[in-house]
Amino acid sequence: MSKVYKYDLFNQMIEEFALREVKPIAEEVDEEERFPTETVAKMSKIGLMGTIVPKQYGGMGGDYQMYVKAVAELSKHCGTTGVILSAHMSLCVAPILDFGTEEQKMRYLPRMSTGEWIGAFGLTEPNAGTDASNQQTIAVEHDDHWVINGSKIFITNAGYAEVYVIVAVTAREGRKVEMTTFLMEASMPGFTIGKKEKKMGIRGSSTCELIFKDVIVPKENMLGKRGEGFKIAMKTLDGGRIGIAAQALGLAEGALNETVSYVKERKQFGRPIAQLQNTQFTLADMSVRVEASRLLVERAMNAKQNKDRALSVYAAEAKLFASETASYVTSKAVQLHGGYGYTREYPVERMMRDAKITEIYEGTSEVQKMVISGALLKK
Amino acid sequence: MRIAVCIKQVPNTTEIKIDPVTNTLKRDGVPSIMNPDDKAALESALVLKDKYNAEVVVVTMGPPQAELILREAMSMGADEAFLVTDRAFAGSDTWATSTILAAALKKVGYDIIIGGRQAIDGDTAQVGPQIAEHLDIPQVTYVVEIDIDEKNNVCRVKKEFEDRYQIVEVKGKALFTVLSGMNEPRYMLVGGIVDQEEKAITVITVNDIEVDRGNIGLLGSPTKVKSSFSKTVDSNKELIELSPQEAAKVIADKLAEKHII
Repeated sequence: MSKVYKYDLFNQMIEEFALREVKPIAEEVDEEERFPTETVAKMSKIGLMGTIVPKQYGGMGGDYQMYVKAVAELSKHCGTTGVILSAHMSLCVAPILDFGTEEQKMRYLPRMSTGEWIGAFGLTEPNAGTDASNQQTIAVEHDDHWVINGSKIFITNAGYAEVYVIVAVTAREGRKVEMTTFLMEASMPGFTIGKKEKKMGIRGSSTCELIFKDVIVPKENMLGKRGEGFKIAMKTLDGGRIGIAAQALGLAEGALNETVSYVKERKQFGRPIAQLQNTQFTLADMSVRVEASRLLVERAMNAKQNKDRALSVYAAEAKLFASETASYVTSKAVQLHGGYGYTREYPVERMMRDAKITEIYEGTSEVQKMVISGALLKK
Repeated sequence: MRIAVCIKQVPNTTEIKIDPVTNTLKRDGVPSIMNPDDKAALESALVLKDKYNAEVVVVTMGPPQAELILREAMSMGADEAFLVTDRAFAGSDTWATSTILAAALKKVGYDIIIGGRQAIDGDTAQVGPQIAEHLDIPQVTYVVEIDIDEKNNVCRVKKEFEDRYQIVEVKGKALFTVLSGMNEPRYMLVGGIVDQEEKAITVITVNDIEVDRGNIGLLGSPTKVKSSFSKTVDSNKELIELSPQEAAKVIADKLAEKHII
């Protein structure tokens, strides 16, 4: 077997892309709360949106190692750009790949691979956050279609996405709820985008409410089997957590890099602050957490790639640790930057705001702890 | 139309280490990139591929690890890649290198050859023109635009001068050297990166080409580097702010004082 070149080449490409296309506009995207459509178009052009999709469905035939590297590298400079790719891939492309019929794959994946169609996922409702089973969105079966009514909130990529993986209640018996997943399209009559959230961080990412009023969804748009909705949503989130862990890793790494440069430049008491032991020890603490996060993300990524049954726990561990690391490292980065770090002149304050969401979305840190301890106690 | 693009792997650093014995560059352990002018040459060929469905092949001479830039070129869209490598080629100067590459290009086959103007490690700008001489084909250097008219077997190129451009038409086989400012090279494509893994690279050794062994390698190189050294910063500076006319006089006087002029 000859040497494998594809990962070195992919890393070189995505590092260059992030540096040249993402970094220069990251501040503006945050300041103007602007969805970076031009960056998504460039990402589409190089094939990034279809990285993990096999060639027979119009994809690039790449793998999770490439995809995870891409999310981390984009997030190193801009958390918004990282999560656009993560939500598209982990929360929409991946469940279609994992649970879709051949017809569904042929209909959606080619156009999602070229970036013509962006993907999104809708589970959360005003009264169904961590308690995801308390769904109010209802799908009623008719002869050859379903009629869906309800709403979803905090949907990443909403408004820019065309394809949505949506969870709805298909039967209710006392406290027992049957949930099913559907593939909905933004152009379906009765599907509208509601309020856009104003957020603390990842401000260029579009986060909106989805409103369904008598939306007719063809029978062939059911994803997986009837009643499998909760299972599919949970498995999708296992994968999504790897994407968010990669985003957190990228944010932490980006903040650490900024800080290393800054402390070598910034002089106090007549010498660079890099020569102060407090700076040195803090950098060491930041770096160890970043590297530990990287290893946990890699382990989860390999589990996803190899369809390992430990994926759920590995993904929870990676997301819990990497997201808490992102918050820790970005906060220390601001501290080492001092007063300048608190201003918008330096990127670390934006990174700190962006980092916080990684501890909340696609399962809060507390949910990850439930998953991890649940598996421990089941033994 | 078959376009051969000559590319070179160069160290991506200003801290170039020099072999004290041969006085040539040490490349091991230094991060490497595709030479920027050569990347522009590749991009200009890929544009012709997009436009006219031309076939793009890349050729590099170097140690085995130069395979990486050939694979980068294939990830960007090159169809085929050739690695010209042999211990017998080591230490070649521009004359020996162009002798080897010309022989290799005969084997590879081409309608036109595009290369970068010069490499950032040696800055000689000699290899391209020398290849054209060895192959006895016309050459245009410092090109910033290339278009082809396949029906009439003509290439129309724009050559840059310091103060003007020249439009040159070349009939038949030709070699062009290009400048890195002429275009913005595309990124490697994700699909291209995945696909290159399945593609083989053709290795060309000394036994595959027709060359006089006396003209290649360190011993076949007429150029002998007398010495190489890193420039030291002279802290003995004097800052004088004057108008251009006055400054010219002061500089002339200073140079005369040091017996330089």
